Amino acid sequence: MSNHEQHETAHRPVQRKEMSRRQFLSYTLGGTTAFMMGGAVLPMVRFAVDPLLVKKEGGDFVKVVEESKITAEPQEFKFKIHQVDGWYESDPELVAWISKGEDNKIFALSPVCKHLGCTIFWNTKGHNEYDCPCHDARYSKDGKNLAVANSPLDEYEVEVKDGFVYLGPIVPNTRS
Amino acid sequence: MFKNVYNWIDERLDITPLWRDVADHEVPEHVNPAHHFSAFVYCFGGLTFFITVIQILSGMFLTMYYVPDIINAYASVDFLQHQVAFGQIVRGMHHFGASLVIVMMFLHTLRVFFTGSYKAPREMNWVVGMLIFFIMLGLGFTGYLLPWDNKAYYATKVGVEIAASVPYIGSYIADFLYGGDIVGAQTLTRFFAIHVFFLPGALIAMLAAHFLMIRRQGISGPL
Repeated sequence: MSNHEQHETAHRPVQRKEMSRRQFLSYTLGGTTAFMMGGAVLPMVRFAVDPLLVKKEGGDFVKVVEESKITAEPQEFKFKIHQVDGWYESDPELVAWISKGEDNKIFALSPVCKHLGCTIFWNTKGHNEYDCPCHDARYSKDGKNLAVANSPLDEYEVEVKDGFVYLGPIVPNTRS
Repeated sequence: MFKNVYNWIDERLDITPLWRDVADHEVPEHVNPAHHFSAFVYCFGGLTFFITVIQILSGMFLTMYYVPDIINAYASVDFLQHQVAFGQIVRGMHHFGASLVIVMMFLHTLRVFFTGSYKAPREMNWVVGMLIFFIMLGLGFTGYLLPWDNKAYYATKVGVEIAASVPYIGSYIADFLYGGDIVGAQTLTRFFAIHVFFLPGALIAMLAAHFLMIRRQGISGPL
């Protein structure tokens, strides 16, 4: 062993520009390993992140109620949408509070409280406001946040066609 | 950059001896295909391990979409294979890898047998290797049911009925595997649990023992 070391120190290193054999081998081995690992791992990573890359589908409009039934007083209407959740398809029931505004335009509010996601109701406390049962958040008829919550109620996109009200995807509030 | 990070950690924790113990060992000439090409037969153990790693990884990813439930199992497998990007490849890795593990393990066993490597002082490693073999068969059997298609259903029925033909305790084994009276909801969750928790846990422990022993005893000498 000591003999070997002596030899090493006695030997003057040759100055060459080429890559050393050790370097070449470690690059080749490293490259091959990386290629094989990549080949195995990349499909799995792409598989896992697929939900991020799937194109979001714009929701369809659903017929909810006759236009003539909408009043200035908000009313609760239920309607079903078709929902595809991976391998599970269902028709969950959604709720909208639909009313006519002072501009005589029909608008539909989502009942999901913007504070922490409970379900709000119209006028449960007799103030002509939307009230949330969980933390007493309050909203005006247009969905404007009056207390507790820090943003207005979301709206459904509304389409009126042939005397019927159709509701579409949820959008941020446009009225307050 | 990488070197600086490594040095910073190494100065504090002295990790170099840890991996040097694992990485620095001589490969004898008679198992090195660069010296004798026929020494490639010594690669099958490593290949078995490599494919096992792929099985564990692809299996972990498959459980992101799979549900062990009689209503949804088939639908979820169908969804992950045909709707999710690269689903066909990831499921294919797990599906074909399962067969390949058995093939590689069998070749490894043949090599050990014909080089007489099972003889003293390595008998314990042979026994542990056999345990690994049976764990792998168990993984194959339990995994086969999970897609919940016709083939899975009847393969499990046949397999459990074979197990039920064991004298005296056969019916107990069958009840244990069924988790009820039929191949049904309880069989599926049971097989799922065995496939993803119990057997892989046992497998990793056995592999650790296998590798520790071979490192301790070294590769058997040339023929």
